[in-house]
Amino acid sequence: MSQTWIILGATSTIARAFARLLAARGHSLVLAGRDQNELQIIAEDCKIRGAEQAEAVPFDARDAKTFDPILAQAEQCAGDVCVAVFVGSMPPQDEIDQDPSLIDGTVTDSFTGPAQFLTAIAPVLEQKGKGTVIGVGSVAGDRGRLGNYVYGAAKAGFHTYLSGLRNRLGRSGVHVVTVKPGTVDTAMTWGMDKLPFLAQPEKVAGDILKAADKKKDTLYTPFIWWPVMTVIRSIPEHVFKKLKI
Amino acid sequence: MRWKKVEYTGWGRVHQANGELARPERVSDILLATKDEAAPALGMRRSYGDACLNDGGKAIDMSRLDRLLSFDEDTGLVHVEAGLQFGQLLKIFAPLGWLPPVMPGTGFATIGGGIAMDVHGKNHHGAGSFGEHVTELTLATPDQRKVVSPENDAELFKATVGGLGQTGPILSAKFRLLKAKGDVMVVTERRVKTWEDFLPLLDASEATYTVGWIDATAWGDKLGRGILEEAETGGGLVRAAKRSKSVPVNAPGFALSPWVVRAFNAAYWRKVPSAGRTVVKPVDDFFFPLDKIHNWNRLYGKQGFHQFQCVVPVNAADQLRDMVDKIARSGLASPLAVLKRMGPGRAGYLSFPMEGYTLALDFRNTPQAETLMRKLEDMTLAASGRIYFAKDSVARPKSIPAMYPDLPKWQETVAKADPDGTYATDLVRRLKLRDLT
Repeated sequence: MSQTWIILGATSTIARAFARLLAARGHSLVLAGRDQNELQIIAEDCKIRGAEQAEAVPFDARDAKTFDPILAQAEQCAGDVCVAVFVGSMPPQDEIDQDPSLIDGTVTDSFTGPAQFLTAIAPVLEQKGKGTVIGVGSVAGDRGRLGNYVYGAAKAGFHTYLSGLRNRLGRSGVHVVTVKPGTVDTAMTWGMDKLPFLAQPEKVAGDILKAADKKKDTLYTPFIWWPVMTVIRSIPEHVFKKLKI
Repeated sequence: MRWKKVEYTGWGRVHQANGELARPERVSDILLATKDEAAPALGMRRSYGDACLNDGGKAIDMSRLDRLLSFDEDTGLVHVEAGLQFGQLLKIFAPLGWLPPVMPGTGFATIGGGIAMDVHGKNHHGAGSFGEHVTELTLATPDQRKVVSPENDAELFKATVGGLGQTGPILSAKFRLLKAKGDVMVVTERRVKTWEDFLPLLDASEATYTVGWIDATAWGDKLGRGILEEAETGGGLVRAAKRSKSVPVNAPGFALSPWVVRAFNAAYWRKVPSAGRTVVKPVDDFFFPLDKIHNWNRLYGKQGFHQFQCVVPVNAADQLRDMVDKIARSGLASPLAVLKRMGPGRAGYLSFPMEGYTLALDFRNTPQAETLMRKLEDMTLAASGRIYFAKDSVARPKSIPAMYPDLPKWQETVAKADPDGTYATDLVRRLKLRDLT
């Protein structure tokens, strides 16, 4: 049975690598995002790489009106529908400290926008009784850190949302994967100093697809982040508050 | 555009550069970057020397702009972004029965780099250089995108192909893929006992893909012994891809010491039975034999290595023999020496190929190796040959005008395209290729 994958935030570095893997499997792709010119290029690339279909559609996490055409398309889709969410934004914490109004946008991009979309599409997926939802969070959501705790808080909210969605959709045969990537070599991290265990997007995309195939609930990628975050999560708060990690 | 301060090197790791790199992922980013702050473009930095370095300046890393823009299934015409790697192109199209028309020795090289170096492959004697297959390319100039073809601007095209990036960043290129019989290579390997046997075999080879490996540590009556590889594409036999290996750390200095290399080469030569053999290989194994070992450049240790590659005309075969003899007697050669017959095909003013024989080999970075390479440079010049900019790290400016007779034409066109010298790289400065006073 053919699969149609809706990819939100399809111009992101990891999403591109992920879309190519899906294309090589011959799936159909709905590439959603803000930069239509760029999405058209990615769509054509995916078609040549084997995607049955690939189209670019407008999507803005901050504008719920853009959700409707995608939802309508999903309803009409004959085969399985899967969703992968790669949206999010991470303004530097010091900029947020200067301008707290940036928090709204960060939370909308990284949590409430995609959560609204997923909540709206959930009945369609329940109806089909199968499919996969992939939500890309972040290891930053595991603990509130000095360097990016607003972004971390938004991602933590998204993790909790995904956990609830998994609880709900699992009952009708739809699987939800929560992905927590560590630092990845993307446009977002380019120029940042000393990032530990920096991973290539192709590696992370491959891990995500494997996790979806195996119906994993939560994925830390690369794997090293699982022990690292297990340790970091277990540090007592009265110690953690004095650390700078 | 965000710029990142980095220290980077070419593949040989002898020269280093400190500078700021941008790595655009969107077409709008690269256009913005070139407008704000024009800088030379880099690919995967598989050039060995300093062609891909801009010490103290800025450069644009094109490796993330690697999309296929269009493909015509009837004609094989493909349009790709410059950051796409040859190996990716091969991986996508070989199963569909198409091959890139020309492939350099590493699949990690990008199409943009392939054009800027006008690379050649094991089929050069028949297929010519990569640039000869390019029908159109797009440059990012500070004002706009500029489409260049041999028809609409022959001079700019010839200054860009093989032009070391001096006419501006290449955004994309169109070229035709070749129809292949299948996605494996049928390779015939033959032992060759001496130099005297080798050249006639190379001359007479009618195979589409032909390359010679020579043992550059053997001298006397074994001088020029090696293995001749001839190959055609084939179908019907499918092989699973093998996992690649990696060299995790810099090897110690003795890893490629003379006796290790001599022993390796002798064993490698004997691996092919004296009667020869025919083997079937996956396409990438044949075209990119070393890519299976990631970061193999670390085998030479942290001081790095040089690669020397020259081409000499057919009538200078004896002078090339003298060069091989000199190399063998020096005891400095590495396991990787390649000998190939080239055809006349070249597409740009500064393209490397000429009808004749090309020799390529590595030397660990030592003062003796540098001295030897200078001598080889002089011998190449005396033989009316030339050295390859994609490999070079030690040549001197005075050798270049005679090696590259079209240099003035190139300079004239480049001066028009980039009057301020914004795209100059370390190699361009070292060899004084442009008048940038």
